[in-house]
Amino acid sequence: MSHLAHIKDRCAGAVDVVVIGAGHSGLAAGHLLAEHDIGHVVLERGEVANAWRERSWDSLTLLTPNWQTRLPGFHYNGDDPHGYMGTAELVSFIEAYARSSTSPLLTNTAVTSVSKSDALYRVETERGVWTAKAVVIASGAANKPTVPAFARDLPGHITQLTPFDYVSAANIKPGGVLVVGASATGMQFADELSRAGYDVTIAVSEHVRMPRRYRGRDIMDWMDRCGILGQTYEEVEDLARGRRLPSSQLVGCGKRPILDLNSLREQGVNIAGRLMGANRMQAQFSGSLRNVCALADLKMKRLLRAIDAVADTDAQASPAEQFLDTRIDDSPLLTLDLGAIGTIIWATGFRPDYSWLDVPVLDRKGALRHDGGVVDSPGLYVLGLPLMRTRKSSFIFGIEDDARYVTTHINNYLNKTERSNHNVVYQDHSSQPGYRRSA
Amino acid sequence: MNDLETAVDNGVNVAALLGAREALTAAPEAARFIWRAASEWKSGTHTESRVERFFGLGEEQSHVREYKYDTDHPEIFASEDKGSTPVEFVLVGLAGCLTAGIASVATHRDIKLNSVTATIEADMDIQGILGIDPDVRNGFSSITVRYQIDADASAEDIAALVAQSQKRSAVFDIITNPTNVNVVVNQ
Repeated sequence: MSHLAHIKDRCAGAVDVVVIGAGHSGLAAGHLLAEHDIGHVVLERGEVANAWRERSWDSLTLLTPNWQTRLPGFHYNGDDPHGYMGTAELVSFIEAYARSSTSPLLTNTAVTSVSKSDALYRVETERGVWTAKAVVIASGAANKPTVPAFARDLPGHITQLTPFDYVSAANIKPGGVLVVGASATGMQFADELSRAGYDVTIAVSEHVRMPRRYRGRDIMDWMDRCGILGQTYEEVEDLARGRRLPSSQLVGCGKRPILDLNSLREQGVNIAGRLMGANRMQAQFSGSLRNVCALADLKMKRLLRAIDAVADTDAQASPAEQFLDTRIDDSPLLTLDLGAIGTIIWATGFRPDYSWLDVPVLDRKGALRHDGGVVDSPGLYVLGLPLMRTRKSSFIFGIEDDARYVTTHINNYLNKTERSNHNVVYQDHSSQPGYRRSA
Repeated sequence: MNDLETAVDNGVNVAALLGAREALTAAPEAARFIWRAASEWKSGTHTESRVERFFGLGEEQSHVREYKYDTDHPEIFASEDKGSTPVEFVLVGLAGCLTAGIASVATHRDIKLNSVTATIEADMDIQGILGIDPDVRNGFSSITVRYQIDADASAEDIAALVAQSQKRSAVFDIITNPTNVNVVVNQ
């Protein structure tokens, strides 16, 4: 693989494939491209696993157990297989993966533009221009927090945070806290802040309820065993909805059987419907809370029944636990006095940032038009989006299958076109100030 | 399209609904509808309202005929009771919307409905509309819908039908979430 070693000395030039992003997706793609002996470079705007370094709160952990955390040719081999990695451990894990790889990697090299002319992509970075026959977008699905437009009209005394700003309860000023959103993120914030003594209200829209452990196994283990995580994007009935699905109400803690609205309620958290807006000093919530909880309860029962079908034939499975339906007050909150709220945390989801992408492949909602990772422009690919090829695409252990599919597709694509000459004379920028390559 | 040829139809053309969903995903501007009603005061608290025309799929549309509705108040309000109260019309709208949704979702899920009945109760403290107590709102303080459904499905599947219908109901959304209302005069 001499041409890979050759590329390692460059920060601009011609290459078969440019991979954008050195998180788990981009590094997995690089690893498999190297296996295919395809000339490529992985470009990373910051350091390896940048989003995990910059944009996580202190208590953040993976939602998958350690034994399940694996990448192509690499897996967890620590002494806590049933634990859940915190951010620092995950960054070390991904760094170790990067070090183990022969993939040429350029860190601190932000991509500023990707455009296409004829059959070639032009990838402009802060430090030089690459041309490539194929590009893999592995820049992540959660580049920007989604915050509703009415947020800017809320009273000025309220500190508004997104998950990118939140660090820990110690950084939250005294006063009431309104957590907006009941996916894993919002549930974890509400839990942590109520335990720290804050008066917390959580605004709840459609959510995915499930226990952390069930019948003696982690729920992610069961969902894998019973084939749910393997469901493909072609099998899922409503793909658009499946790709929008909020993250499940899980926390990386095996000691708690379930983190749900019932457990938050017992901790004293106020449960309200979806936040619809504010009328001066009054927040207004939807009256649909009962139904969104009924939907979540019904879907959890359906999930547990599917698991039971597998667990009943599993000699190691313990008996089925029962979970009470979500308890709702007779008259759930419809308004809240914002005078008593010091902080609002928007746990209302994330979206990718494609502002640097100058290829017309976005739909009217700003999402990439792709078919299982093959973007609607020959030679352009994506990795790391929810339900990209299967339900496990969102998870670290799901990237291997997706990256194998995409890199095999790339290999066929390059074979159809003509492989570029690996001995092409590269423009050498390696002596430029600021040039830095991963060890 | 085989999955659209469901054995159960409940009188609902699901294929047409799904076709419309597909077509409108491709042409979202056609999904913009405008609903209309026109009203005329008769006497006392009696008003006659009519609906016929609406806008949708990019052009003017019309019901098969004009529908007329009388609203009034009961005799205990010193009115002549020439029609249901306007707040009861809201309940009529909710019942009609949720039940239509149940029929559509059931057909899509291949569930045969034998009977679907509902009773709706809405609580209201009229100290609000009479201006007696400013802390009491004018509208309902709560609404309870009770469905009795006989269908060829499990209790849980029936509960899921009703939940999905609420999730997709326009009137449920109109009632549970705020809407900006603009009332202009003599313009």
